[in-house]
Amino acid sequence: MLIARLLPPLLALVFAPLLLGIISRTKAVVAGRVGQPLLQPYYDIWKLLQKGAVYSSTTTWVFRAGPMVGLSTILVVLALLPFGGIPALLAFPGDLVLFAYLLGLMRFFTVLAALDTGSSFEGMGASREVTFSALAEPALFLGLAALARQTGTFSLSPMFENITTESWIQAGPAFVLLAAAFLVVFLTENARIPVDDPTTHLELTMIHEVMVLDHSGLDFAFILYSSALKLWLLGTLVVSILVPVHQSAVWLNIAAALAGMVGLAVFTGLIESAMARLRLLHVPQLLIGASVLATLALVLVLR
Amino acid sequence: MLLGIDTILVIVVLTNLLVLGSSRLATCIRSVALQGILLGVMTFAAHDSASLLRTTLLAIASISVKGVAFPALLFRALREADIRREIEPYVGYTLSILIGLAMFLLSLWLSERLPLPQVPISSLIVPVALCTSLIGLFVIISRKKAITQVLGYLVLENGIYAFGVGVVPHSPLLVELGVLLDVFVAVFVMGITIFHINRQFDHIDTDRLVLLKD
Repeated sequence: MLIARLLPPLLALVFAPLLLGIISRTKAVVAGRVGQPLLQPYYDIWKLLQKGAVYSSTTTWVFRAGPMVGLSTILVVLALLPFGGIPALLAFPGDLVLFAYLLGLMRFFTVLAALDTGSSFEGMGASREVTFSALAEPALFLGLAALARQTGTFSLSPMFENITTESWIQAGPAFVLLAAAFLVVFLTENARIPVDDPTTHLELTMIHEVMVLDHSGLDFAFILYSSALKLWLLGTLVVSILVPVHQSAVWLNIAAALAGMVGLAVFTGLIESAMARLRLLHVPQLLIGASVLATLALVLVLR
Repeated sequence: MLLGIDTILVIVVLTNLLVLGSSRLATCIRSVALQGILLGVMTFAAHDSASLLRTTLLAIASISVKGVAFPALLFRALREADIRREIEPYVGYTLSILIGLAMFLLSLWLSERLPLPQVPISSLIVPVALCTSLIGLFVIISRKKAITQVLGYLVLENGIYAFGVGVVPHSPLLVELGVLLDVFVAVFVMGITIFHINRQFDHIDTDRLVLLKD
């Protein structure tokens, strides 16, 4: 049983960078380009792992600790998240709060490391990142509260176990609203279009990328890998709502969940091809819209 | 059936919020039209099969007037009067959305305290109808342009229609068609008025009308 419970973190560790590859391949296909190989994120991480890191003389231990704390917190979060009907390695009432704030801890250290460099660009990026995630947090928590109310549990594993076809028939509109709210949180937290453009080349317009400009080599590999894992984690939230497959065969559930993740990555790629990045002033409006959706869902399930 | 009605009602709330949060006139016109069509479809779901002819007539009249004729009229006014495509709000978009949400919560609270002669088909219908009417009133007072005030009026009427369909399903056909005709004439006249105000004054910002003296 414990072996099976190791499966969700293992799948995440193996397949997370693939999502990034699928997103950029989708964008390339839509734009009519061939695009980079699907496995390019793995090659990038492998290449960076073999390089040494360069540290600026103005930085302190905080700068060096940032990527390590980021990767280790995300590895702990992996143990909290169920996948494809398999319960998480650790599950206890209230683990959804730990889930959200471990991600917060990771962000806090990324921000500290960015501020530690003393670069004005990085300070600007850090300020934006913190603003936007502060606005995304109500959406995430109101959504989780609605899920907790609907499924009657405060733990992520039974919560996703209880999202079934029957509960979809009972509270379908609420689930659609929740999925939309979580999708916005997913795009915001992972610094994707329409909030942030991951491929932008101008520091002034960057949000997440500008914070990691000074990291190199091993540290940067850690950062890339942990952001891929974060993409996977928050994607799981969306997919678990939208793909409530609970068959008796375990492999079928996992296959459905994996297909859901691939579908989400393709959808993200399509969003990024179809939309431009929003103006910074309009991002709070989007995030408040997501919070309103989550509030509506909460009201619907409370009724 | 109940799930279908609830889904329609949730989409109606979302279109309300879209009207509040969108900066484009065209988006607002389209979402108000979508609202009218959805409520027309809901007429089918809400009525029993005994009054099929009546229901069909009402639904078709409502869909064709609110979903086709109104958007056409409003887009024509938009084109003829050469209005700038942006809404100029007194209250910002984000604040408007939050106020809309507050109105929805208020309507939920009110609807629990509202004694009704008969149980509505869905428990969501009274709050959604109330909140649609309130948001319509809010759009009327919080936007500068004459055309957005017509839109607010239409949203208000949609709320009343939703209330009528969901709570008083046996109200006479004549009354409902009469209301629809009234609204049609009102929008028609307002469309012409907007055009003429525009001819006379080069813009349709209603806040400038206070400067008029007799």
